[in-house]
Amino acid sequence: MDTTKTIWLPSQSSTIAPQIDALFDFILWASVVLFAIVTFATIYFAIRYRRHGDIARTTPYVENLGLEITWTVIPFILLMIIFVWGFKDFLRFHIIPAHAIEVKATGQKWFWSFSYADGPSTVGELVVPVNKPIKLLLSSQDVIHSLFVPEFRVKMDVLPNRYTLTWFEAVHTGEFQLYCTEFCGKGHSEMWGKVKVVTEDDFKKWLEAGSGPQEGESMRDFGARLFVKNACVTCHSVNGSKNVGPTFLGLFGRREVLKNGQIIIVDENYMRESMLTPMAKVVAGYDPVMPTFQGILKNVDIDGLIAYIKTLEQ
Amino acid sequence: MNESKGIKSWLLTLDHKRIGILYLISVMSAFLAGGIFALLIRFELISPGKELFDADGYNQVFTLHGAIMIFMFLIPSIPAAFGNFVMPLMIGAKDVAFPRLNLASWYVYMAGAGFALYAIFSGGIDTGWTFYTPYSTSTTTAVIPMTFGVFVMGFSSIFTGLNFIVTIHKLRAPGITWFKMPLFVWGIYATALIQVLATPVLGITLALLIVERFAGIGIFDPAMGGDPVLFQHFFWFYSHPAVYIMILPGMAIISELIATFSHRHIFGYKFIAFSSLGIAITGFLVWGHHMFISGQSDLSSLIFSFITFFVGVPSGIKIFNWIATMYKGSISLRAPMLWAIAFLLEFSIGGFTGIVLGALSLDVHLHDTYFVVAHFHYVMVGGTVMALFGGLHYWWPKIWGRMYNETLAVIAAVLVFIGFNVTFFIQFIMGTQGMPRRYYTYLPQFEGMHGFSSIGALIMAVGFFLIGGYLVYAMFKGKPAGPNPWKALTMEWETQSPPLAGNFEGTPKLRHGPYDYDKVVAENAVPEYMHEPHR
Repeated sequence: MDTTKTIWLPSQSSTIAPQIDALFDFILWASVVLFAIVTFATIYFAIRYRRHGDIARTTPYVENLGLEITWTVIPFILLMIIFVWGFKDFLRFHIIPAHAIEVKATGQKWFWSFSYADGPSTVGELVVPVNKPIKLLLSSQDVIHSLFVPEFRVKMDVLPNRYTLTWFEAVHTGEFQLYCTEFCGKGHSEMWGKVKVVTEDDFKKWLEAGSGPQEGESMRDFGARLFVKNACVTCHSVNGSKNVGPTFLGLFGRREVLKNGQIIIVDENYMRESMLTPMAKVVAGYDPVMPTFQGILKNVDIDGLIAYIKTLEQ
Repeated sequence: MNESKGIKSWLLTLDHKRIGILYLISVMSAFLAGGIFALLIRFELISPGKELFDADGYNQVFTLHGAIMIFMFLIPSIPAAFGNFVMPLMIGAKDVAFPRLNLASWYVYMAGAGFALYAIFSGGIDTGWTFYTPYSTSTTTAVIPMTFGVFVMGFSSIFTGLNFIVTIHKLRAPGITWFKMPLFVWGIYATALIQVLATPVLGITLALLIVERFAGIGIFDPAMGGDPVLFQHFFWFYSHPAVYIMILPGMAIISELIATFSHRHIFGYKFIAFSSLGIAITGFLVWGHHMFISGQSDLSSLIFSFITFFVGVPSGIKIFNWIATMYKGSISLRAPMLWAIAFLLEFSIGGFTGIVLGALSLDVHLHDTYFVVAHFHYVMVGGTVMALFGGLHYWWPKIWGRMYNETLAVIAAVLVFIGFNVTFFIQFIMGTQGMPRRYYTYLPQFEGMHGFSSIGALIMAVGFFLIGGYLVYAMFKGKPAGPNPWKALTMEWETQSPPLAGNFEGTPKLRHGPYDYDKVVAENAVPEYMHEPHR
């Protein structure tokens, strides 16, 4: 799977990657040749025509229009080739194949969520079948983000109140790194995700499986998995340290003072309310920045997270 | 220079040479501050996770590095320091057209810098130097003071540009026609055109951002029918021409260095002169190449990519003409020439990688990665900063009348060359492998490359600090340099070092072209130690 990885470029894991890389290689080698000429000429002249002793007059200057025209026209032709080539491949990114499977991808501070027309919603994980075109309908809930999968050579900004579109077709199964690549604040460099490319059969099974703990998985382990998958870990620690949000260590049963002075004991209802309407009861000493997980966490997910948090005793 | 003394005579000076020195102190201080932020960035990035800062702190550090380096250092640097000191001398003028406006421009720059400093201490700024909305309209950092500071500094740029345009049109000495001016003046002129025409757009853009932040008018807010991408169009309409404000003066210096240190008539004078104008004009038409992934239409992207390739041609023409100038020259490898050669090699790499980014399909993969970071550092540092330091070493004896230590200068130039390439070449590879930019932490696979890059930064820093040391020492204790240590033929070398208050005695007349090395041997006796070693 990684046989296409080189020093310069990651594995070619989409249909379009080899085409993109071909243009890169062309420019790379043309540049190497030109750079070698420039470097050689500069260093050779600097040595060959080194000044010895006192200054004398140098040879008269003779204009050479032929040379000027040559080194204007030849680069220009090369540049036009590169332009046309780049443009044609660019159009391939933007002409989305008919019958592509559509996935809605949403960026927000600081995680990605994906939802399928007849399937589950996921956070941080884009599950797709191999060898099928996938259309991404993209938008943001807040500031501009950008979805980037290097091994597919695909990238598109996500904007608030507007949709952008891109597509790809994966050629290998496996897991591929996904990044946010438009600066969006504190969590920008950890707004990661994974593209999980599976066989078509596995994809169908995954769509139908719905949600809940996997076979043989305890609610506690299911909740622990969700804690990472849904990016709770970005803002809440499990070791007692203060982060963007309160630590989950010893959370269940803890006495908390809210921003409005009210005192509460953390129970299952408070935890559920915080996940769905996080602005309702913010703990004093913390900023009201938690996003809502309405529509992202199903009831069984909330049950799993609560079960997990309960096990984080001091 | 040695005439009136005392701080008041400096702060109220109308002499373009003193104003040039005031600017030189200001921009080099900004370079020091921006450089310290750079070292902090590279230290933080030695390994993933926290070394010194948390994510918010790091975001402030990289924002300040960019904002200080671009607005307070690169944009003013060569025009305000050397354009001011050298350009009037080169055209045989006594001063610029509007000396009071000149002094005012420095005070405006300092006022803007004051607001920026206030912003740093009253909340800082974490938006990136590009201030993209909606992040910049919603973050709680001190966006308004910083953008207002940049807004004010923009006027300094406009005043300087206006002053230089009028000076070059109106104050050339008898015999100095347009095609008998040194190419440095052509470069400064083309830059001045951009400064006057483009900077107002930045002013308006930042003003709109400020009003959006405190009055919520909604121009960039989609919830009110506004468009965050509109900000990008406004911002880049200035900021792309701005990069030509940064490089054209650098190229202008390189013409002088190559001609003088090859002791040969510059090859293709008219081509180099017109290429400066060509770059200035086409530079206004390519801003959308920063926005290929922004959601703008495919047609826009097509047009911007097409015109972007046009801009590459005049830059290539210059490089070829400079190398051709060296052919059959009488080449001296003194420090200024070493900086010029570094420019030729490093700017070429910057240029080739710009071509890569201009290709639409490749830009999809490379936009917002370290490839872009490496590209712009190769053109701005490998280009402009190399040229600036070449100019510094070239004109230092003219400004102070004293020469620096050549051995130390060679060591420093080599240190910076090695350090720069170690820092930035590997960033191209990080970018093609998918390392996004503006990242506080990163995946383990990039740790080796980041560490290597950080070592380079340290090497570069040593080189730059060494330069500061021996240049300052030379100001006071260097050997007297005489009027023309380089035996150059442009007019600034026909005055004393440092020049008289009125520059020349009477009105000078052009006696030979600026590059007539085939016809003339420069007059003025040169001290013995200036002769090339006999082999």
